[in-house]
Amino acid sequence: MARYILKRLAAMVVTLWVITTLTFILMHAIPGSPFNQERNTSEAVQQNLKAQYHLDKPMYVQYLYYLKSIVLFDFGPSIKQPSQTVNDMLGRGFPVSLELGMTALIVAIFSGILLGVFAALKHNGVIDYLAMTFAVLGISIPNFILATLLIQEFAVNLKILPAATWTSPSHMILPTAALAVSPMAIIARLTRSSMLEVLTQDYMKTARAKGLSPVKIVIKHALRNALMPVVTILGTLAASILTGSFVIEKIFAIPGMGKYFVESINNRDYPVIMGTTVFYSIFLIIMLFLVDIAYGILDPRIKLHKKEQ
Amino acid sequence: MQAANQEKIRTASEIPDEWFVPKKKDGHMQEAVVRPSISYWRDVWYRLSKNKLAMLGLAVLIFLIIMAIFGPMIAPQSVTKLSLTNQNLPPSKEHWFGTDQLGRDMFSRTWYGARISLFVGFMAAIIEFFIGIIYGGIAGYKGGRTDQIMMRIIEVLYGLPYLLVVILLMVVMGPGLGTIIVALTVTGWVGMARIVRGQVLQIKNYEFVMASRTFGTKTPRIIRKHLLPNTMGPIIVQMTLTVPSAIFSEAFLSFLGLGVQAPHASWGVMADDGLSAILTGQWWRLFFPAFFISLTMFAFNVLGDGLQDALDPKLRR
Repeated sequence: MARYILKRLAAMVVTLWVITTLTFILMHAIPGSPFNQERNTSEAVQQNLKAQYHLDKPMYVQYLYYLKSIVLFDFGPSIKQPSQTVNDMLGRGFPVSLELGMTALIVAIFSGILLGVFAALKHNGVIDYLAMTFAVLGISIPNFILATLLIQEFAVNLKILPAATWTSPSHMILPTAALAVSPMAIIARLTRSSMLEVLTQDYMKTARAKGLSPVKIVIKHALRNALMPVVTILGTLAASILTGSFVIEKIFAIPGMGKYFVESINNRDYPVIMGTTVFYSIFLIIMLFLVDIAYGILDPRIKLHKKEQ
Repeated sequence: MQAANQEKIRTASEIPDEWFVPKKKDGHMQEAVVRPSISYWRDVWYRLSKNKLAMLGLAVLIFLIIMAIFGPMIAPQSVTKLSLTNQNLPPSKEHWFGTDQLGRDMFSRTWYGARISLFVGFMAAIIEFFIGIIYGGIAGYKGGRTDQIMMRIIEVLYGLPYLLVVILLMVVMGPGLGTIIVALTVTGWVGMARIVRGQVLQIKNYEFVMASRTFGTKTPRIIRKHLLPNTMGPIIVQMTLTVPSAIFSEAFLSFLGLGVQAPHASWGVMADDGLSAILTGQWWRLFFPAFFISLTMFAFNVLGDGLQDALDPKLRR
């Protein structure tokens, strides 16, 4: 176990190094400099500005500064809004994005599993049919379109929920729903198909023959095994929810990381772009890592150190 | 002890090439495959055609493709015609899907958008197909060290948050149709390569491959005639699922303002335009692009599911 974790940690560091270096190269390949739009600045001012952000140094020195800032987790001030550091922006935006993303993820996991289990138990019944219709629709309708439909229906027509911003629990309902539906549909389908497979296994018959109550059979014997495929996709699902929330944040005017990221890209605000990308990558890679570990703990048949062979 | 036993068992691919001696050709063609190898695909088609939902998806797709090609031709209004007097008209006899804020006919625009969206989807799938087959094929067939190194590279790439990379690439290369396709495939081929590699790794050890090698078949021919046809199933499924996800990503990027640029308009761009219009009551400007994005995703998803079931003999019920 410990050896496996160490190996995975090493792979994680390499992945992080690749993405940070890639970000650095890409950033400097973008034509134009962040100071292009400054009006009426003399040559000297431009030089000083560049010097302050080390942009006058050779590329490899900039790269070293960049690596240092990542290791120290201090991305410096934003170029466009020098009064704010990137850490400030992350500190303000990320908790909101995380709150939205995590709520959506939790909603998606619980309702998705519930839906999938009931669909499998009532295989080919009305519930199964309805749940799967819902799941196919949920996968087919992009979240930004769903978001607009929800606003139109619940905020504009029925006027029972607020259309935008992020201030009270009632503001959270629509964006969370918009973000949660498609992962929920994915989880529901996965749970259903693996439940159907598990339910035909011999040990299910044994459990029934022992006289266990149906609830106990489903929870203790079927679900625990059926959930393994769901656990494997949780990492990528969490990643897609967190990055997918950029669009939802835009539609609902939620002050999360999405706004800073898109703005920083349009403004060529190098420190912000790098900070956001690196921060998100670290976060998402750690998520993937944790999911892998959780998988090994949940399924005793998997010996983590052997998986590498 | 157990380890020693395992040493002795060799799989087909581990046997050195020199051990195989070509069989003398006796001219009787008794080993030639007489029956056309179509039967498996006929079987797949038979199973697929029993799946009503998948057939519906296929029908919808054919309809969408035909409309993308001929839709703009049968439209009563030209796609480029601007009209200041016809701004934001609801659907009517002249404008079947209404008009947008510049008085352009939404029906024509919708089918032009279909061309772009479908083009992005299919191109992404085709490019991923080739990169995935080559990369995954080499990794799986060579095995050993090559495979390990190639898989390490994939592992690193797999950890990258795909959307962030796509957005960064879009910024660097400047928005445009080609850029979107490149950005989507740069991150997307990894999944395909993994599937191909897994399949090849499994199939190259089957007896029929070994049999073929005993007859003296050269490696390229084995790859062409045995490995590729047998890996096709999962690859096709993966492709049917790549297309909708590429269309979705394109719409997503367009929605963030990073998509195709005017005068081109994909469904994503149109949906982005329509978002503001819906608050002033012009529902048709969002409805039509949104409806067709969803319809396309639906069609590809149910077709992909159906194919997956049809191609997997284990699921035959």
